[in-house]
Amino acid sequence: MEGPLQDALRPAGIQAEHIGSLWNFTLGLCALARPERRVWRIIGWATAASALGLVALLVADAWTSRALARLPLADAVNIELTGHQWWWEARYLDADPARAFTTANELHIPVGRPVLVTLRADDVIHTLWIPNLQGKKDMIPGRTATLSLRADRPGTYRGQCAEFCGVQHALMALLVEAEPNADYEAWAAAQRSAAPAPVDALALRGREVFLNGNCASCHTVAGTAARGSRGPDLSHLASRRTIGAGMFPNNRGHLGGWIADPQALKPGVYMPPNSLPPADLQALLAYLETLK
Amino acid sequence: MNDRLPTGDADLLEQTWSDPPGLIGWFSAINHKTIAKRFMVTTFIFFLLGGLLALAIRLQLALPNGRVLGPDLYNQVFTMHGSTMMFLFAVPVMQAVASYLIPLMIGARSVAFPRMNAFAYWIFTLGGIMLYIAFFLDIGPDAGWFAYAPLSGPEYSPGKRVDFWAQMITFTELSGLMEAIILITTILKMRAPGMTLNRMPLFVWTMLVTSFMVLFAMPAVMLASTALLTDRLVDTHFYDPAKGGDALLWQHLFWFFGHPEVYMIFIPQLGFMSSIIATFSRRPVVGYAAMVLSLIATAFFAFGLWVHHMFATNLPELGKSFFTAASLMIAIPTSVQIFCWIATLWTGRIHFKTPLLFVLAFFVILVAGGLTGLMLASVPLDYQLHDSYFVVAHLHYVLLGGAVFPLFGAFYYWFPKFTGRMLSERLGRWNFWLFFIGFNIAFFPMHVLGLQGMPRRVYTYPDEMGWDKLNLTATIGASMIAVSVLLFVINVLRSRRRGDLAGSDPWGAGTLESSVTSPPPMANFHLPPLVHGRYPLWQAPGTPQQVTGLANDYREVLITSVADAKLDHRLWLPSSTPWPFLAALATTVLFVGSIFTPWAVVWGAVPVAIAATL
Repeated sequence: MEGPLQDALRPAGIQAEHIGSLWNFTLGLCALARPERRVWRIIGWATAASALGLVALLVADAWTSRALARLPLADAVNIELTGHQWWWEARYLDADPARAFTTANELHIPVGRPVLVTLRADDVIHTLWIPNLQGKKDMIPGRTATLSLRADRPGTYRGQCAEFCGVQHALMALLVEAEPNADYEAWAAAQRSAAPAPVDALALRGREVFLNGNCASCHTVAGTAARGSRGPDLSHLASRRTIGAGMFPNNRGHLGGWIADPQALKPGVYMPPNSLPPADLQALLAYLETLK
Repeated sequence: MNDRLPTGDADLLEQTWSDPPGLIGWFSAINHKTIAKRFMVTTFIFFLLGGLLALAIRLQLALPNGRVLGPDLYNQVFTMHGSTMMFLFAVPVMQAVASYLIPLMIGARSVAFPRMNAFAYWIFTLGGIMLYIAFFLDIGPDAGWFAYAPLSGPEYSPGKRVDFWAQMITFTELSGLMEAIILITTILKMRAPGMTLNRMPLFVWTMLVTSFMVLFAMPAVMLASTALLTDRLVDTHFYDPAKGGDALLWQHLFWFFGHPEVYMIFIPQLGFMSSIIATFSRRPVVGYAAMVLSLIATAFFAFGLWVHHMFATNLPELGKSFFTAASLMIAIPTSVQIFCWIATLWTGRIHFKTPLLFVLAFFVILVAGGLTGLMLASVPLDYQLHDSYFVVAHLHYVLLGGAVFPLFGAFYYWFPKFTGRMLSERLGRWNFWLFFIGFNIAFFPMHVLGLQGMPRRVYTYPDEMGWDKLNLTATIGASMIAVSVLLFVINVLRSRRRGDLAGSDPWGAGTLESSVTSPPPMANFHLPPLVHGRYPLWQAPGTPQQVTGLANDYREVLITSVADAKLDHRLWLPSSTPWPFLAALATTVLFVGSIFTPWAVVWGAVPVAIAATL
């Protein structure tokens, strides 16, 4: 016979068999109460509950995506927004091309009306993010994306580039002015027409400085010979609240400093310094202030 | 288990597996423990450098309009921080620890391909040194650790900065791929007889799974960075949309590597967790099969998530929802493992020692990071959270909670094995609590900053944004982490010489590495063990216990079958030689030269071929 010489688990008589049966019964009960088995049940339930929670998240997520995609776009304002290192070019489109106009770094939108933003990039990837109005969307060179949004409360909302785009990624912001439809239309009408030509002598001299100096080779001012496209359109510079892509208040001090030495305010920016004689700088500033 | 060999034979064996003395000997070392120790120290130095860069970042952002770093230097610093932590620390440190521990855990005398192992170490180190030399010469990369095209392309990143970054990828990924091949071969062919796949320690499983992931993921980024280099050097146009290339191609290739990479960093920790939890609960981990299957499922899903880094692009919405589902699904195997560990701790007898503290932090921090990960998996939420400080918070919760905390636990746990001495428990507790509290102070506020609209990778922010208080808090937390890491360094330096003697098994562990002396003999095992269960040291010894008959006078190892670890044959491994180091030098000349001229690839190949052949 195999096995140990002495073995309580292989009874050969009735007494040993009674004890053996009790042993088996006890062992069986202990196995049932084994912590392992209870632990396994808990692990199973916990896993099932996690999976269920995840499914709920997935459904809620798809539901929200659907809602975002279904914003009604009738009567939408169409804006083509192009990201540049490190500023925003905005072209307000219109069915009638003559009514289209260009501005930079500041959007105005009517409250309650949908806005369809077509996103492009001129150089590297940028991302439009105006957290109070909509999530973000990449602006990728060679690709076109769209972002639809609607402001339901008037106010000024700040946005910022969210994709790392080079040295001045940090200082690339834009303002969105959400205003009642009438105010928006008035603003758009003003943007469509060229700013009135300056009348006083200082501003007229400033215009000469602008057109004959470096400025006109990169900037456009509607109604003049300045047709540069490297930098922001300045046709209505004086109507904007900030300069340097949402970074500095648009006042004489900052504007003068910016023109003289942009590198000091925004190191790495592509605009070159302009060492103008003080009289020319004052004249230029006076001219720029007429571009309402 | 080791006392069966007569002293004379044991001395001869020790002699056989030792590396030669002297300077040339130092460069000739190929013993897996020597290389692995250097590898660990090197990656840890990179961790410290990356940490110093992080401190510089936090100092710059502590106050609005900070003036500590200018924009150009800041961009180099954050690029170097990310690249260092991801490429020079997180993945290689796991491979370094594994190349030390795995032969000991599976009862082998060496890793497979010891010369390649030395080469992989040297090429990694030389690549890292190259990157830091470039950084100190102000030609450090500045396009982010992700180097998105076209910003990283020739037009928008002129100069050599990005080339050094792309070539660093070639160095480190070459090393990573080789280490993966070495670990896979070691694990599948060199396990002690009797250690069937079903008896492998869970840490060995995690490294097997991780190494297979490396094999599939790293070629993608090497391809991507090589294409970037040819775009920059020889005018190809892979990523230039104006010439028919596609900027998104870079993102697909990069994240096809980049997302699995997170799991290549994370999965080895699951092995540390399983080792430490089993030992300090004094019982086997609950659910061995469930753990192994979860690992494999995680690795599998990890390759189907990469698009969730690209939700803000204009890819089709239906396609994105597939990646949402996959991103949510990967939470299931992870939660199974977490439940199994909790069950292990619950039903075990817990010993609170420093390694266990670090492991318990995992449950708090990684779970928080995992939950924010679920948020980021949702497309609409990601539209708001993507590229904001919320993501910075999330990724640090996942990578520090999921990788650095368990790794520190693992250091405390295996330091006695590496050096023969214990780390100070008191300093260890200070180290832990400062790290844990500092970490949460540093990174929790970043969730809020992200929701308040603060984008990532900005070198400064204006006063009126209202982000200043939380940023200052984060900086204070970061300095607590710095103090904590400093305490760790002090602890290591002091304990290395003056710590308590550890003995072979200071924690009462069940796996084979605890059966040998600390530090282990040069040959690891005087006689290779025979394995009869998952925790050989916790079981009554089976018979026979050891394999006899291996040579003592040359480096002979046992080769066993893949699944059942049945004895197959004996293999003669090479002895110490400087050629791996010289081959790495030659390869470095080729790689660095090719940053400047494509002809370096042609002429540089000659010395590489010679060095690799000899």
